[in-house]
Amino acid sequence: MAVATKTLLEVAGLHVHLGESHILQGLDFAVPEGGVTALLGRNGAGKTTTIKAILGLAGRSGSIRFDGQDLVTMKTHAIVQLGIGYVPEDREVFAGLTVAENLKLAERDAEPRYELVYQVFPELKQRAAQRAGSLSGGQQQMLALGRALLNRNRLVLVDEPTKGLSPLMVASATEALARVAEASTVLLVEQNLQVARHLAQGVVVLDQGRVVHAGEVAGLLADDALARRYLAVGVEGGH
Amino acid sequence: MTRTRATALAVFVVLAVIPFLEVPLPGLFDRPLNRPGTLQLLALCLTFAGVALSYNLLFGYTGLLSFGHALYFATGVYVADIAISRWHWSLGAAIALTAAAGVVLPLVLGAVSLRVGGIAFAMVTLAFAQAGSILVYKNPGGLTGGEEGLGLSAAGLPDFLVGVANTPYLYWIALAYLAVTFAAGWWAIGSRPGRVWQAIRENERRVEVMGFWPYAFKVLVFTFSGFLATAGGFVYLLLVGGASPEVTTANLSLALLLMVVLGGAGTLWGPALGGAVYEYLDYRLVKLSSSSAIGGLPGPLRAPLSEPLFVLGVLFILLVLFFPGGIAGVAGRLRRRRLGRAALPPTTVDAGDPVQA
Amino acid sequence: MRVLNFAHGTFLTVGAYASWSIATALPGLSETARFAVAVGGCLLVGAVVAAAVEIGLIRPLYNRHVEQVLVTVGFALALTALVQGSYGADPKPYPSPARTQGVVSLAGATIPSSRLLAIAVAVAVFLAIAAFLRFTRWGLIVRAGVENRPMVSALGIDVQRAFTLVFAIGGLAAALGGALGAVYFGNVAPDRGTQTLIYAFIVVVIGGLGSFTGSALAALAVGLLQQFANYYSSVYLHFSAAGDLAVVLLLATVLLIRPQGLLGKGT
Repeated sequence: MAVATKTLLEVAGLHVHLGESHILQGLDFAVPEGGVTALLGRNGAGKTTTIKAILGLAGRSGSIRFDGQDLVTMKTHAIVQLGIGYVPEDREVFAGLTVAENLKLAERDAEPRYELVYQVFPELKQRAAQRAGSLSGGQQQMLALGRALLNRNRLVLVDEPTKGLSPLMVASATEALARVAEASTVLLVEQNLQVARHLAQGVVVLDQGRVVHAGEVAGLLADDALARRYLAVGVEGGH
Repeated sequence: MTRTRATALAVFVVLAVIPFLEVPLPGLFDRPLNRPGTLQLLALCLTFAGVALSYNLLFGYTGLLSFGHALYFATGVYVADIAISRWHWSLGAAIALTAAAGVVLPLVLGAVSLRVGGIAFAMVTLAFAQAGSILVYKNPGGLTGGEEGLGLSAAGLPDFLVGVANTPYLYWIALAYLAVTFAAGWWAIGSRPGRVWQAIRENERRVEVMGFWPYAFKVLVFTFSGFLATAGGFVYLLLVGGASPEVTTANLSLALLLMVVLGGAGTLWGPALGGAVYEYLDYRLVKLSSSSAIGGLPGPLRAPLSEPLFVLGVLFILLVLFFPGGIAGVAGRLRRRRLGRAALPPTTVDAGDPVQA
Repeated sequence: MRVLNFAHGTFLTVGAYASWSIATALPGLSETARFAVAVGGCLLVGAVVAAAVEIGLIRPLYNRHVEQVLVTVGFALALTALVQGSYGADPKPYPSPARTQGVVSLAGATIPSSRLLAIAVAVAVFLAIAAFLRFTRWGLIVRAGVENRPMVSALGIDVQRAFTLVFAIGGLAAALGGALGAVYFGNVAPDRGTQTLIYAFIVVVIGGLGSFTGSALAALAVGLLQQFANYYSSVYLHFSAAGDLAVVLLLATVLLIRPQGLLGKGT
């Protein structure tokens, strides 16, 4: 059915402990090159921790191979320099810096794509001199996505980009994600099933620190029982 | 718990009979245990064990890093000395005044400095202590004796507290101080406020959410430990027979911190042991540094080793980097190994950046 | 950076003694050249020692603030004792250039030139650090890193290297302060670093942690208050500690009214 594509990111036996708790208990999944893979699951299933573990922001053991290279022993900044972008869950823009400074800090490529960023989010250009801390939540999300658009990333890790956004902003963020996905592979954590189904082809479902389902989005959506069990929503309810 | 209590009791009994033991411990002490010189050193060790224990209530149990604990110790030394030697008050009246100062001063200064937390709190307590130190050095109205210090006038003291022959009494006073401090500390950390202190150390926000007002509990522990330190200062005054301005300096506050870390913060007996060991080492290192063994070394080696603070400083760095639990931590690890239990499963997570789940 | 560095005062001492050693070891050069070489050398030593402290002591204890304080305390104790052991506990006369020992007439007042030198250098250092933070990429990294260090590394930036650089700059500035202090006092002394550090802490808390301009303003206010109080109290009250006590009183007042400091942001 699906053409066998090259695997860009391969996670095997990934464990994360935080204090006493064993958050990730041996994850195995793969992200094919190109397109969007959605990482789904209930709250507390370990989605955000998975993203942070890939980036080296959480202590981890196991194997994480990016284009054949093992990330587990690498430091965060070196991992990112391989061409991995990150849009964190709570935006994490630098409140004391201006919008322009936030973008400048994120520059990694020799020719950062400011035209693209400003084309998708014209507001960022207008507010270049404004402190990021005084932006609305939606504007901060634009900035966080803008940081990821700025560089030619091979893989972009996006953590709940539509959380807490107005419906209008959700549409805008979805469009931006589509633009990101044109050039990069995207691993997307998303609670909003509509957005996930619109953008993603592949899907990985986590429950209590384990992978309970991996396959194509269409398959998951066809299986109402599965969706109900692991996502706390029925597919119909997601409409 | 009962076994711990029995152990503590046994230790205190052994310590109490030391003045009757004519036992030579060559290498450790120059003279037998019951000689005044040895008893005086041991009494100083006991006193600083108590003061370190008081500081540990603040630092180890509540997580408040104060750099001004010497101020409250110095309050005990100077207020009592001035009352007895300058104003010729009776011992009872001097004790009452010192006790009052030992409550009011930490209460007021704690209330102010606890308006800030963390690093700022450390800086502010240091600043207050420094003001006290400057005041003592400047000798206002000829009260403190400035750099010379202020000898304790024997006239106002009962006979049994005066003279070399009475060192055993002073030793027992120091032991009583340590015992009372130990018991008070034990009682306090098991009490309701004591449990709130430990909760503040773990997570202050959560204490707030539980409906407590952390500030009040922090002022309470600050005052309580300040008062115990003042009492220690008073015992020190009796032991040494005078006040010298060095007890007001930041160096003493840092030494208290060293004692607690050496012993292991957050346990009751660890810092007490740390205080005693530190005081003993401090005394012996000064002797060692002027000894022939060091004097015979070549220059580049001799210069650092003849400075006790250099040795202590290096020791301290190594301790923090390699034995974070201090003596208590090492003892705990040994005990677990002896019990044959694997010392906690090896963590696959090294302490990297803090991450929310 | 949220590192309470008790070794910072030691950098000052190290700088002062480094410049003293260099200056006294170069009898051949002219006075001014000797001073210039001594200051240049002490900057280098200060920066190197500070960077070494950051890499060797502070970095292994990343995010463990209390332990960081403890190791820097240990380092400060050890190094001060080392300086004392090698150079002696007593102050040593500092070979300042004659030009800095004169006086200058300015608007009717006679001012010792060592004071003017100190003021000029302090202003220059302030402007240089402010410009560094404001306009360079390193400064940008530092400002962002203070706010959210993991996120800076998640943008592909080696934040550790930037923080080592900040430490080196701090060490360099402290060493410069040490050399200037030596000119100002006419000697070098082993415990001056620690003494100065306590004032630095007071100034930083009054100004507001993390506010660079706040620190500079507070330094000015604290210095003026201390000098005026000292002057008037010694003239009228024959008591010379008033300046230091007034400073601590100011600290207490600021904390009561505005715990976050003059220009500090709310917690």
